[in-house]
Amino acid sequence: MLHLTLFTIFGVVCVAGAVNLVAQRHPINSALSLIVVMGSLAVEFLLLGAEFVAAVQVIIYAGAVMVLFVFVIMLLNAGEEEHTRGSRVALLFGVPGMLIGSVLVAWELVRSTPGTEAAGVGALYGSAKTIGRLLFNQFLLPFEITSVLILIAIMGAVVLARRES
Amino acid sequence: MPTGNLDTTTFVIASIIKIVLFLLVLLTTVAYTTWLERKLVGHIQNRWGPKRVGPFGLLQPLADGLKFIFKEDLTPPYVHKYLYLLAPFLSLTLSLIAISLIPIGGWITVAGVHTAVQITDVNIALLIILGITSIGVYGVALAGWSSNSKYSLLGSLRASAQMISYEVALGLSLIGVLILAGSFSLREIVDSQAGTWFGFIPKWNIFLQPVAFLIYLTAAFAETNRIPFDLPEAESELVAGYHTEYSSMKFAMFFMAEYANMVTVACLASVLFLGGWTGPVFGPAWLQGLLPVIWFLIRVAFFLFFYIWVRGTLPRFRYDQLMGLAWKFLLPLAVANIVVTGLIVALRS
Repeated sequence: MLHLTLFTIFGVVCVAGAVNLVAQRHPINSALSLIVVMGSLAVEFLLLGAEFVAAVQVIIYAGAVMVLFVFVIMLLNAGEEEHTRGSRVALLFGVPGMLIGSVLVAWELVRSTPGTEAAGVGALYGSAKTIGRLLFNQFLLPFEITSVLILIAIMGAVVLARRES
Repeated sequence: MPTGNLDTTTFVIASIIKIVLFLLVLLTTVAYTTWLERKLVGHIQNRWGPKRVGPFGLLQPLADGLKFIFKEDLTPPYVHKYLYLLAPFLSLTLSLIAISLIPIGGWITVAGVHTAVQITDVNIALLIILGITSIGVYGVALAGWSSNSKYSLLGSLRASAQMISYEVALGLSLIGVLILAGSFSLREIVDSQAGTWFGFIPKWNIFLQPVAFLIYLTAAFAETNRIPFDLPEAESELVAGYHTEYSSMKFAMFFMAEYANMVTVACLASVLFLGGWTGPVFGPAWLQGLLPVIWFLIRVAFFLFFYIWVRGTLPRFRYDQLMGLAWKFLLPLAVANIVVTGLIVALRS
């Protein structure tokens, strides 16, 4: 019961943050809303028993990636978004499209509900030890390839940002 | 609800009492650390510190607190109001949260309730503390940006960049301790340091991980923006850095947040490297519960003294030297420490 209450509360906070992200005109407010979304996602992970992923989500995503987003917004001195007049084409195709999309998603969810079960607190195993073992035994190749991918991204950023000498 | 060996009501009441006690002690410590700093730096500089307000100037923090309350609370008209007000609250709240995870002593029995001297023993406590440090960067970044002034913006950008750089070295230096202790829980890390070698050398992590200790200490000095890494707040550099436009209570909150961070770092260093509350325990039951807390507080006091001693002694680093130190020296050293520790542990088992 407590589990369901907490899940609902933080789910609502997450969705409200996401809606606020799109609705805000100033990019810094959007960035802060995204941080709220990341935080509530971390709580959802915690509710599932994935404590390590929850902590790492806060440290890396909310605490490092979003800091860099905020840096960019601060450095570029991004101002408020201009209020443009709505487009009629967007209204004509967008609203029916969104309705059809929501109906499809809802139908799929309702159709597959009997096959799913609710995950209780701690239903999944998420301790650092278990994740470490999985990463270095079963998922070693994806882990190493992802590391190389991140290294390539860093090198690409350094090359792009280097001053022409 | 998992409450250990207590029923729910007792657990809730005990937790509330612990929270109130810990916060009171923390805030008093923060206030008296400012007194200690002024006295010690004064003596290092061959002058008296505060000595008029009360005996030895001991009521000076009280006088400072009253001054902050009575000061004019000015909100400049050109700031982003919402973020300007949020930033000091964010800084202070995050600094105060970390104390809830740190174990101060062993177990005590008060009025028949057997409880740990710690608000909560989480099994990922070390990760949560790193997470709190990461989010703490926002207090600084938002303060500078929302102040809408060039000194504030530059100061906050420098401070935030410094903080995120040294966080990496900080986190990596702790991995050596983690490998040795096998758990993120702070209580278990302290328990793994119990006992002695040859009967008199305590099994503290500082002897097993000296390099990690030095990296941790350096990174912690930089995280808390203290000398020799306090360029973002240096008066001659950037007026007052990110808290230039703040006055009265909001400035006091930044001030308190900085000292609370210092206390947290000192507590963590005691727990991770100096064996927490281990020490000779003797006497009647109430003394046996109290002595570990006293041994812990002695270690914390030593670290605070060390912080202030360094402040009075060293000059500050230039900003590029500061960043070069983090990325080109501390980070490779921390990684090498992890590799060596892992190798030794793997070869021994």
